[in-house]
Amino acid sequence: MTDILMPALSPTMEEGTLAKWLVKKGDTVAAGDVIAEIETDKATMEVEAVDEGVVEEILVEAGTEGVKVNAPIARLSGGSEAKAPEPKAAEKATPEPAPSKAEAKSEPAAKAEPAPAKVASAKSRAGERIFASPLARRIAEQKGLDLSNLTGSGPHGRIIERDVKDAKPGAKPAATAASASTERRGETRPVQSLQQMGIPEGSYDLIPLDGMRKTVARRMTDSFRDVPHFPLTIDLEIDRLLEARGRINKMLEKDGVKVSVNDIILKACAVALKRVPEANASYSPEGVALHHHADIAMAVAVEGGLITPIIRKCETKGLAQIAAETKDLAERARTRKLKPEEFQGGTFSVSNLGMFGIKSFGSIINEPQGAILSVGAGTKQPVVRGDQLAIATVMSVTMTCDHRVVDGATGARWLEAFKALIEEPLAMMV
Amino acid sequence: MDFDVIIVGAGPGGYVAAIRASQLGLKTAIVEREALGGVCLNWGCIPTKALLKSGEVYEQLHHLADYGLAADKPRFDFAKVVERSRKVAGQLNSGVGFLMRKHKIEVIEGTARLEKGTPAPKVVIAQKRGGERTLQAKHVILATGARARTLPQIGLEPDGDRVWSYREAMVPKAAPKSLIVIGSGAIGIEFASFYRALGAEVMVVEALSRILPVEDEEVSTAARKAFERRGLKFRIGATVKKLAKSKTGVVVEIETGGKTEALEAERAIVAIGIVGNVEDLGLEALGVKIEKTHVITDAHGATGVPGLYAIGDVAGPPWLAHKASHEGVHCVEHIAGQPPKNLNAPIPGCTYANPQIASVGLTEAAAKAAGRKVKVGRFAFRANGKAIAAGETEGFVKTLFDAETGALVGAHMIGAEVTEMIQGYALAMTLEATEAELHATVFPHPTMSEAMHESALDAYGLVLHA
Repeated sequence: MTDILMPALSPTMEEGTLAKWLVKKGDTVAAGDVIAEIETDKATMEVEAVDEGVVEEILVEAGTEGVKVNAPIARLSGGSEAKAPEPKAAEKATPEPAPSKAEAKSEPAAKAEPAPAKVASAKSRAGERIFASPLARRIAEQKGLDLSNLTGSGPHGRIIERDVKDAKPGAKPAATAASASTERRGETRPVQSLQQMGIPEGSYDLIPLDGMRKTVARRMTDSFRDVPHFPLTIDLEIDRLLEARGRINKMLEKDGVKVSVNDIILKACAVALKRVPEANASYSPEGVALHHHADIAMAVAVEGGLITPIIRKCETKGLAQIAAETKDLAERARTRKLKPEEFQGGTFSVSNLGMFGIKSFGSIINEPQGAILSVGAGTKQPVVRGDQLAIATVMSVTMTCDHRVVDGATGARWLEAFKALIEEPLAMMV
Repeated sequence: MDFDVIIVGAGPGGYVAAIRASQLGLKTAIVEREALGGVCLNWGCIPTKALLKSGEVYEQLHHLADYGLAADKPRFDFAKVVERSRKVAGQLNSGVGFLMRKHKIEVIEGTARLEKGTPAPKVVIAQKRGGERTLQAKHVILATGARARTLPQIGLEPDGDRVWSYREAMVPKAAPKSLIVIGSGAIGIEFASFYRALGAEVMVVEALSRILPVEDEEVSTAARKAFERRGLKFRIGATVKKLAKSKTGVVVEIETGGKTEALEAERAIVAIGIVGNVEDLGLEALGVKIEKTHVITDAHGATGVPGLYAIGDVAGPPWLAHKASHEGVHCVEHIAGQPPKNLNAPIPGCTYANPQIASVGLTEAAAKAAGRKVKVGRFAFRANGKAIAAGETEGFVKTLFDAETGALVGAHMIGAEVTEMIQGYALAMTLEATEAELHATVFPHPTMSEAMHESALDAYGLVLHA
């Protein structure tokens, strides 16, 4: 008998949603057959069987959220030890094996013998300790339960066996539905239900938290609370940029490529980061990491949230290539077909709300990046040249900096470099 | 309203509940018809431990040579042994009196019965000093305890002379030369062990297939061997047909597997269980549900009759003082509106024979019957350094872990001072420790408690000294 375990789709994946089963009890599967779809924070992936055999039992129902990596999800007859199936990116054209594949294989297969608890989230991601008995932790891990979703009934709210025994993976806290809507991890204050805060039950519709919403909630809360951030705003004249873009697109017309203003901004960001490398930095307790490359993450709004696919080594790429990549990434982001390595990491982010007419705004830093640039709308405005009034297309950008790595003067120097590139795109050639 | 809480019965359930009630700011009274501290303190747990200590020390005197020591002609003065036991009980009894005064708990000496009342039944007390007193409280807690079970129709009834219950067995004028103990539960075994230590010929009769039937079977078997080494005799699976008095003592007719046998001895002790003190309290008229002499309650001690609770022995097994205290505290905290602390606390059980027996949680058989797969660890004291140094190598520690979760399911110990060690496992169970925490805990060397560590290691094939 072989237990099929919840695969790790990426090195950092802790849990996922078992979105869909493509096999049912009694089905015969061969190695390589796609057996299930798994939804992580941001992507949907297919899971292949590693062994052949007959599906004896489906252990985790489709639609179950918060299934811990390595928790058994189904049982195959035949074989002798538990194996994590190989996760396979939905996109087959991936030239190199997904890192998750190697990860899943190198992880020791879970044996029937319970190894000493690997501690199911002894600490929440924000470092807030979850109080749970050792037995409760062990059972939670075995069942793929997220302790942070549970309410403890032991002394001082400690989570004890009773609280996890009958809980189901992905189950919401036993408390009111409203209090379930707040991710407990990262919270430093007690969760109040909406009712407690004066919003009567029945006066709203409740949308369950999917993986993306939970991730956005947790990461943004953590970042906004823990990262000492400040904004720097500057106005840029983009008439030359618009003109350059027109000429570039004319040149690329025959290739069917269209460069957007945003693509040029991405490129300008990357070049500016190479010119002011101190701004291409991440804070870590061990020291300030200065990144070798400008991996620019761009925020893409998708249904139900947002995602930030990354243009790797953006400083090395030409506008045509950047344009092609952003188009592909944005499309696949909207269909949730991105591979984890395509949206995890990045050294700097760009968020653009100009198309909505937003004049200026300050984004929340996407940890562990040192800064994020918020791009507003470009509008024709009166500007003063010498002592004369003139008309120019002006665009406001706001750089939110992590003060632990990017001080005010560093941010200002970066914006200065960025401004020079935007206002004279030819400078990117230099 | 006279009181917030009136507690009927001042045993280890009642008086502890009274102290907790007072701590919580409740105006509290306690009614006792006999002696503060109840059976436990006056006629049970405590005075028997005093007797057993005398027996144990005396037994040791016969093994002095093992330790390179010598003493001439060890002997005992039985009256002084009993006197010491009574003194110990007396000391603790006055200690409870002190605690009641300290916590400003009104002690009413007398016999209580209950009458209909609101918000709780009225408590009518026939006072020892004369006169009747009727009190109304918001809550009444029954903690009337239990007494020895008897079967008069076949002569299993103490007569105060040749046939004893625990009570008479604690204060005889002289130690019997021969004794039949009927029932091999903790009470029977402790008296058997004590009188055997003083040199009596002791025969223990047990109806079930093994002695100490509530203990794990391996412990039962080891205990029987250990006791037999000390000269105790057993009749197992033996039904008592009749107990008759002869000129010199008693004759107990037993039947074992169809064979009858007449056992003779100077004295007999009836230790065939206990019955709850539910009579003459007016419980029937109030509509209190009683089953097999025990009041039926919910998890908090509520009887279903408004304002009336029951705790301890009268509320059912296990009949143990610490269980009564735990229930008393829990019940009072529930009354005061506090959330429950540990509703399903594992309750350790101890038998203070020589060797001692202690356990907590499920036996292996019970765990298996409950469908749990268990990993079993064992470690014998003969491989424990401290036990060897102390000349106490008898016995072992057995531990049971849930094979799936690693939860400590049960622990069973036999050997010297194991009753002092079992709380380590009780604590582990309350904290919901798994084998990982027990393995990771540092046990002091050299102690007999190292066997507790080794047993937990053994369950996972990691034992170090075996």
